[in-house]
Amino acid sequence: MTQFSTPWVERNKPNLSAIEKLMVGVAMSVAGLAAPILRRFPAAIFFGAVAGGVVGIYLVALLSEAFLGEYHLLRDILAVTGVSLFAAHIPLFAIWWERKVAARIQSRMGPMRVGGWHGWAQSMADGIKLIAKEDLVPAAADAALFRLAPYVTLIPVVIAFLTLPFGAHWIFRNMDVGLLVIVAMLGVEVVGVIMAGWGSNSKWTVYGAMREACQMVSYEIPMGISLLLPVLTIGSLNLVQIGDAQAGGWHTWLAFQSPFMFVAAVAYYITSLASCKRAPFDLPESESELVAGFLTEYSGIRWSLFFFAEYVAMYIVAALAVVLFFGGWSSPISPEWIPDWMGRFLFADNAAARAAQGLILGGPIWMVVKSFFLVFVQMWVRWTLPRIRIDQVLYSCIQVLLPLMLVLLIGQTLWVLWVPEDSLLAMVTRIALSSFTGLAGLGACWIIFKARLKKRALVGVLAVEQLPGA
Amino acid sequence: MGANGETVTVLKPQLKLILAAVIACMAMTAAPRVAMASGGGGLDEGGFVSDVLGGSHPLFEAVGFYLFGGLAAFSAIAICFTKDVVRMAIWLFATLGAVAILYFLLTAYFLGVIQIIVYAGGTLVLLIFGVMLTTKSPSMQFAVSKIGLAAGGVVSLLLFAALMGLVLGTDWQRGEPTGSIPVATLGRDLLTTYLVPFEVISVLLLVVMIGAAYLARQERE
Repeated sequence: MTQFSTPWVERNKPNLSAIEKLMVGVAMSVAGLAAPILRRFPAAIFFGAVAGGVVGIYLVALLSEAFLGEYHLLRDILAVTGVSLFAAHIPLFAIWWERKVAARIQSRMGPMRVGGWHGWAQSMADGIKLIAKEDLVPAAADAALFRLAPYVTLIPVVIAFLTLPFGAHWIFRNMDVGLLVIVAMLGVEVVGVIMAGWGSNSKWTVYGAMREACQMVSYEIPMGISLLLPVLTIGSLNLVQIGDAQAGGWHTWLAFQSPFMFVAAVAYYITSLASCKRAPFDLPESESELVAGFLTEYSGIRWSLFFFAEYVAMYIVAALAVVLFFGGWSSPISPEWIPDWMGRFLFADNAAARAAQGLILGGPIWMVVKSFFLVFVQMWVRWTLPRIRIDQVLYSCIQVLLPLMLVLLIGQTLWVLWVPEDSLLAMVTRIALSSFTGLAGLGACWIIFKARLKKRALVGVLAVEQLPGA
Repeated sequence: MGANGETVTVLKPQLKLILAAVIACMAMTAAPRVAMASGGGGLDEGGFVSDVLGGSHPLFEAVGFYLFGGLAAFSAIAICFTKDVVRMAIWLFATLGAVAILYFLLTAYFLGVIQIIVYAGGTLVLLIFGVMLTTKSPSMQFAVSKIGLAAGGVVSLLLFAALMGLVLGTDWQRGEPTGSIPVATLGRDLLTTYLVPFEVISVLLLVVMIGAAYLARQERE
């Protein structure tokens, strides 16, 4: 028996208590039983779980109307579970999607192996890897802040879902300050990032934290003012009321109500990129200069919690843009355009008619699809625009966006005061702006169509033959 | 279409079936009563929505009060006993957050949310400009002199006595909770009944801002 000396420092073997050994044993045997089944039917299990969740939520919604009492405790518990599950699935999907989008923009393939179809299970495999990694805390770090920071970042963005509507009746808490709750929670998220950067006690992380703090101080004011415009137009902070006001076809969407609102929608989108640290505002985590910014010292599950928070926050700011400016959960089709013969079926009070209403006139699906489209635009921006410097962030937010937003705020106030909703000017503006946006969308589709026709010349024969769906 | 020409199954038939089932289920869930622009506002129509106008469940109220009241008190005390400046700021944030949750339990939603918005930003600014940019060493520790301790003790004792006097002297009345005041009422009152105090506070804040800008501006001869 020779004692080998290792070049690294030997760690003490952890002393497991009986209960810990039991937990490890149970976990290992469950994994041993579940792994072959998971490997055999990954897609069936995944989609089955999704379908089961959807059906379950629908059943709970039906039951809660019929049986539950004044405080709806059971309904609340199940709804919180549903909302957290939705929040947990956003990053799983969006990270895979972002990798595919990035790959497509760079003429690569992206994840292709895990799970079979286009590597759809890549995020889950990554998640398992990250859970299995060692939970490291640097010796010089402020251990308490370091450990606490991921939760301070993740929990607020999940709380924001509680007042985020998915439809007129699909909201956990319909509060009259719903919008403010979401804004507050996005603000608390920043505290977690600063905590992480400071607690890691490394110069890269502190640089990242300082940049995040400076960025927050500069983007929050224009962002707040841009949120005020729809609020003062509708006269409510309640997201359901703001969304309901836009249910009459896409020309009633708030972004098209006045030129000020149109510019404010774009300005909000820019500040929302800064708010969830996305390129071109990803200075806190500028991986080409600061290693990984505030995330440098993190690894394993804590690191992935930050990414969960980032992707959930992306969805939330996109959903907020949808509710405030782009019609919320209503589809572009106005109920008034439905012809009589169709209306007789559509406005009947049965389950099939309600399902058709949800698909044609608006429901949670529209909300989720629109929000994910804006999330897609965030990815698109990230992989096409270069990062800007911190002084450029401060300049653009404080010296450009802030005066612009003040002008827009005053302009919109006067617009609401002086231009009645049914006046000629308001109608012309509405039709001009909505048709402009529509034409821009059609133009984009036309460009995509032309590009597809010429794809061999544009992206090259290799990409066309090798990239699936190119 | 794998790289080496082996075929990767694109979509298995049973997968397509499951996908179809999922889409069908989603279509079912799309069926909440859509609030039409024409037909009733729909806020009171039931469905999968819960309006928080009254309080929460009595049990949650009690547990929440003691939990977050305790957290507020504990973290307030922790501010005094922490030596690290950044941790102090974090404890301060915890205190203010716990107080905000107490406001929520009292159905003062607007106040609670504003508390979080103002102090989340406020704590950060305190951290950045008060701590990180003014101290030389990143891990500055506070050392309190004896005179400072005595003066602080006297002031806090006086403050404590005054607060306790108020708390004990007030004729507390138990009543039915009135529910939350709509934020619209709050706004209207601020701009009509309480316009003068509101404007005075706005002017005060403006003065503070100008003062801060004056102090922070670069010295030029």
